[in-house]
Amino acid sequence: MNERVEKKNILKNPSFQAILTSLVCIVFGLFIGYIVLLIINPAGAGEAIKTILLNFLSRSSSAAQMKALGNTLAKTAPLLMCALSICFCYKVGLFNIGAAGQYEAGACFGLYAALAWNMPWYVCLLIAALAGAVVGAISGALKAYRNVNEVISGIMLNWIMLYLTNMMLSKKEVKDPASPYTLKLSSANADGLIPTAGLNELFSNNKTVTLAIPLAVLFAVLIWVILSKTKFGYELKATGYNKEAAMYSGMKEKQNIIVTLAIGGALAGIGAAFLFLTGYQEWSTTQTSVPGMGFNGIAATFLGGLHPIGTIFASFFIQSITDGGALINKSIYPSQISDLISSIIIYLCGFVLFFKFALNNWIDRSAKREKAKAKDPEPAKAAEGGDK
Amino acid sequence: MLLLVQYTIIFASVLCLVALGGCFSEHSGVINLGLDGIMVMGALGGAVTMFLLPAEASGVVIVLATTFAAILVGVIYSCLLAVASINFKADQTLIGTAMNLLATAVATVFVRAMNTSLNPDNVSSSIQYIHEKKAFLKYVGKFEFNWFMLMAVVLLVLSYFILYKTKFGLRLQACGENPQAADSVGINVYAMRWAGVLISGFLGGLGGIVYITAGVSEWKFEMGVAGFGFLALAVMIFGQWRPTKIALAALLFGMFRALSNVYTGIGFLAALHMPSTVYNMLPYIISLIVLAFTSKNSRAPKAEGIPYDKGMR
Repeated sequence: MNERVEKKNILKNPSFQAILTSLVCIVFGLFIGYIVLLIINPAGAGEAIKTILLNFLSRSSSAAQMKALGNTLAKTAPLLMCALSICFCYKVGLFNIGAAGQYEAGACFGLYAALAWNMPWYVCLLIAALAGAVVGAISGALKAYRNVNEVISGIMLNWIMLYLTNMMLSKKEVKDPASPYTLKLSSANADGLIPTAGLNELFSNNKTVTLAIPLAVLFAVLIWVILSKTKFGYELKATGYNKEAAMYSGMKEKQNIIVTLAIGGALAGIGAAFLFLTGYQEWSTTQTSVPGMGFNGIAATFLGGLHPIGTIFASFFIQSITDGGALINKSIYPSQISDLISSIIIYLCGFVLFFKFALNNWIDRSAKREKAKAKDPEPAKAAEGGDK
Repeated sequence: MLLLVQYTIIFASVLCLVALGGCFSEHSGVINLGLDGIMVMGALGGAVTMFLLPAEASGVVIVLATTFAAILVGVIYSCLLAVASINFKADQTLIGTAMNLLATAVATVFVRAMNTSLNPDNVSSSIQYIHEKKAFLKYVGKFEFNWFMLMAVVLLVLSYFILYKTKFGLRLQACGENPQAADSVGINVYAMRWAGVLISGFLGGLGGIVYITAGVSEWKFEMGVAGFGFLALAVMIFGQWRPTKIALAALLFGMFRALSNVYTGIGFLAALHMPSTVYNMLPYIISLIVLAFTSKNSRAPKAEGIPYDKGMR
């Protein structure tokens, strides 16, 4: 009996439910991905899904494994920042699909500051944060004062910023004349690189493993503290739950919306800096689609159960299957299969609320049944007792 | 100048079709942010059909088969939104976003798998349809008339008629304004919302194939449809959820989109020597400005975005 009570408690526990639903989403997402692989070519499908899942573990030597893990971590940091941006805004009732545009703004101005003005990395980081914040604030101001849906303004800004970034970074002082990419940071301005602080040695001297990774985790903790432990976070959340109520209780609801999106923008902007200031890759000035980081961030956010700490693990998972997707045999399977899996996961996350509701309902009903069962024998006994 | 008119009309047709799709969905009470994805899927269905049709197929067959395929795929894909947001009461913004991402991923995976299976060296995500595209065009003098333009006009008139002059249309709108009241007089809110979403799939899918055949004869599916579905949503908001105003808004936005294709041919614009990226940005900037001025007094259906729950009266 005691055991059963404990079991119920676990199932009722919100964090347990969040983890359970995320796992269900992952399993379903992978299953559908596997079916797609089977349809394309049944022979190698098992091998391919294994590669996607194992990612760095599928390398042969342990040194190569650590190096690949380092690469995945280096890209997890920016993804985590984008996810935090979306998570933070979602907690305040705003869907920050513009994270991609804010990320582009961060890349644009962060890289420009590093390459054209030869600024040290921490200044570039601040500039990237500021640029992202400005773009976020534009969405926020349009929402607060002009009632423009932040999703639509976010999408518009994503495209505007993409073209603007391409234009800015095509200038001759920042672009490599021989290729569509920006100059290599390591040769143009080594001070612009985020320091590795010895972390690179843990990962077979992978130079892209930098302070950015612990910093991103730190940001996750910070966002969690702000949201759940401070008055500021409480006010923002209250605005998200009920704008009118927040207004009547003396909170500045319009200002809160703008501040929220500005913070979200800053986080996404820093995310871009965490990628481009590690020298992991250069910005391609001829790209014609919005970078996927902002959209993968949505997957990581919802998979992380809308919790900053959960987001850390979810970001790593999403990045890991994305990198794993790049390792599969490209002459048979397209690497976008991992995008497919992550978007299915996002879609399934839409059902999470309903799933939790059904689960709780089921627990309540079975609890009632248990009670009814437990009760039934008692009156019978009592009746017997009465007879005697 | 003629070229500008021609491009304006074809882009306006796309925007008008997709915006009308959004209009039906929102009037029934479901926000369809997945229009972008529906367009991609419609484009995929149409492009693959054109690719698979035998070379000797006649023009009529090409036009009908392609249009039908695009619409069918669009309608089927919109079911994802309907199931999640109507039956499972999911967050419509989240589902719409997921659909946009999913559509691009599905289209890329599908086209690449198709290309590599035909030729192992071909890992591109593009489909070409130079020959098939000619079936849609008819030259009137120098003006390149596209059958899709006619379809857009017919569907515009039809949409107006259905929304305002039929029992179905009025009931549909009731579900977006006050679903509880609609339910109390015996209207099946769930069925109406399903209808609204499926119609948006119909129009969105058609819009997708029109978009990728406008001006180009090859499409790289990795790009999706470059946020065009969202431009259509801006058109819908600017058009105040009414077909007639949507048509006018579509013409305006279509012109700005057309400029990026033809500005080099227009004397004074070419003389300005602005970089081409400025023209690429233009439709998005204009729509932001327009939204800023028109969203304040929005006439959005009152109950849109709120899942209908019979238990809540």
